[in-house]
Amino acid sequence: MPAIEAKGLERTFEGEIHAVAGVDLEVADGEIYAFLGPNGAGKTTTVRMLTTLLRPTGGSAHVAGFDVVSDPANVRRSIGVALQEAALDPLMTGRELIRLQATLHGLNKDEGKQRAEALLERVDLVDAADRQVGTYSGGMRRRLDLASALVHEPRVLFLDEPTTGLDPVSRRTIWEEVEDLNREGTTVFLTTQYLEEADQLANRVGIIDSGVIVAEDTPGRLKEQIGQPHLEIRLIEGDPDQAEQVVSRFGRPLPRKDGAVLVELEGGASRVAPVVRALDEAGLEVEALDLVEPTLDDVFLEKTGHHLEPEEPEAGEEE
Amino acid sequence: MTRTDLRVIAALGARSVKQTFRRPQLLAPIVVFPSILLAIQTAGAGQAVNLPGFPPVNSFLDFMLAGAMIQSTLLAGNSGGIALAVDIEMGFTDRLLAAPISRFGMVLGRLAGTAALSFLAGIWFLVIGLIFGAQINEGVPGAIVMMVLVTLSGLAFGGIGAAVALRTGRASVVQGLFPLVFVILFLSSAFFPQDLLTGPAATIAQYNPLSFIVEGIRDPVISSLTWEVFGKAIASLVLVGAIGIALSSLALRRRLRMGG
Repeated sequence: MPAIEAKGLERTFEGEIHAVAGVDLEVADGEIYAFLGPNGAGKTTTVRMLTTLLRPTGGSAHVAGFDVVSDPANVRRSIGVALQEAALDPLMTGRELIRLQATLHGLNKDEGKQRAEALLERVDLVDAADRQVGTYSGGMRRRLDLASALVHEPRVLFLDEPTTGLDPVSRRTIWEEVEDLNREGTTVFLTTQYLEEADQLANRVGIIDSGVIVAEDTPGRLKEQIGQPHLEIRLIEGDPDQAEQVVSRFGRPLPRKDGAVLVELEGGASRVAPVVRALDEAGLEVEALDLVEPTLDDVFLEKTGHHLEPEEPEAGEEE
Repeated sequence: MTRTDLRVIAALGARSVKQTFRRPQLLAPIVVFPSILLAIQTAGAGQAVNLPGFPPVNSFLDFMLAGAMIQSTLLAGNSGGIALAVDIEMGFTDRLLAAPISRFGMVLGRLAGTAALSFLAGIWFLVIGLIFGAQINEGVPGAIVMMVLVTLSGLAFGGIGAAVALRTGRASVVQGLFPLVFVILFLSSAFFPQDLLTGPAATIAQYNPLSFIVEGIRDPVISSLTWEVFGKAIASLVLVGAIGIALSSLALRRRLRMGG
């Protein structure tokens, strides 16, 4: 029995908005599965249905073997949930929040106390445990949210954009914790808009766009499907349209990214020199030239026709 | 209801009490505003007791004490609704809904907190009343009856606040009910004897459940305990409470159907 299984999962909102339009999923026990997609792709709606917070309007889903519609109580007993934006009460202390979470999951006072201490230590929040959450940094909040989701040792952990808005250091801390949890046997289903996060953490990635999964496989195999590396060319001077015309002789041009001209190079590194010569002969001055191996962004582009543009991290985010 | 459900309700109730004490804007309407109004009215309108038709009282403070208590419980219900709406706005209710607890337990936890706050506010007004010379005719049993009614009032009015919070999910809308609280108060016998009201106000006050609840709280202070007054107060509380619980239940079901 897979940890998560969905067949034709759908959610339509008022006004015939198809937020999720038929998602099929199968996540094995002990797997880290990443749902990759931009804002509004249907990631959060899918997670809300799988965590019983939102009733599907079509299809079916089972989590930990229980139906999300007919047996939501058992689903809730089996899952840990850390939702987007870390829904924490700023007036509670970290310790109070984990103890409350323990009570919500039926642990008695002593068990709750022990679990709270162990989890606070695990996420390195012992010193801040008696401070109100409102005084925590973004990274601390996410760690607290993660700790509270683990209080009942769930079989399946749902993390909805666990690192959105965090600085790179805080992001890496969360990744390490997720990897540790997975090594201990927890199945992790995470949504993300960060390519690096999906690439680094996930055993398998599902790319979702406009409510449907457009590709699904291991990060390595998804990138292999794209196959060709591409050349990213930035000009000092010259017309990018002209540059695109020149390089199109060497491979298929790709949509521009941040002003850079992109071309798929069938021959890889061996074809770089002729491209440079051709640009030079056309009088185009090159500022930078990078040979880029396929990334999940390329996969995303290939499957959806546009780049994935995640939100920028919060400025001044500090621990 | 299981033992775990009761533990969850108690934990959520304790959270809402702590939350109120940590957020002055929630505490002020429950304690500070009614205390100020009580001080102003007793200091400035004390001669009202000499009006023909005014019930026999030792002092105007004796009469006003029940009004201050009921004002406090109404505002506690409103504050509880605001706090619940804030929970919805910041996504905290999702944390509760994703846990294996009874859906309505989430609301009952909030109501338990509102009832506890109303009890504490009732004690506050009782103490300051006694300090400033109020006399409880029925003594300790009378004070216990007052506290029971005040606590139940918090529960009943909290249900209305919770219903609005669950229906709208917006703290600003619940906060918008604040002036309405005073309209309901002034159209009852909370601050003025019903016999001295005239016109439409007298008619409304005659049927306003708040009047019966206030009289139930006031009765042991200025008169003696009577089953009739106490019974009418309890019946009014049951009516308001049932409306609040029914509306909250409907609003919660709608919210769950729509996806929180």
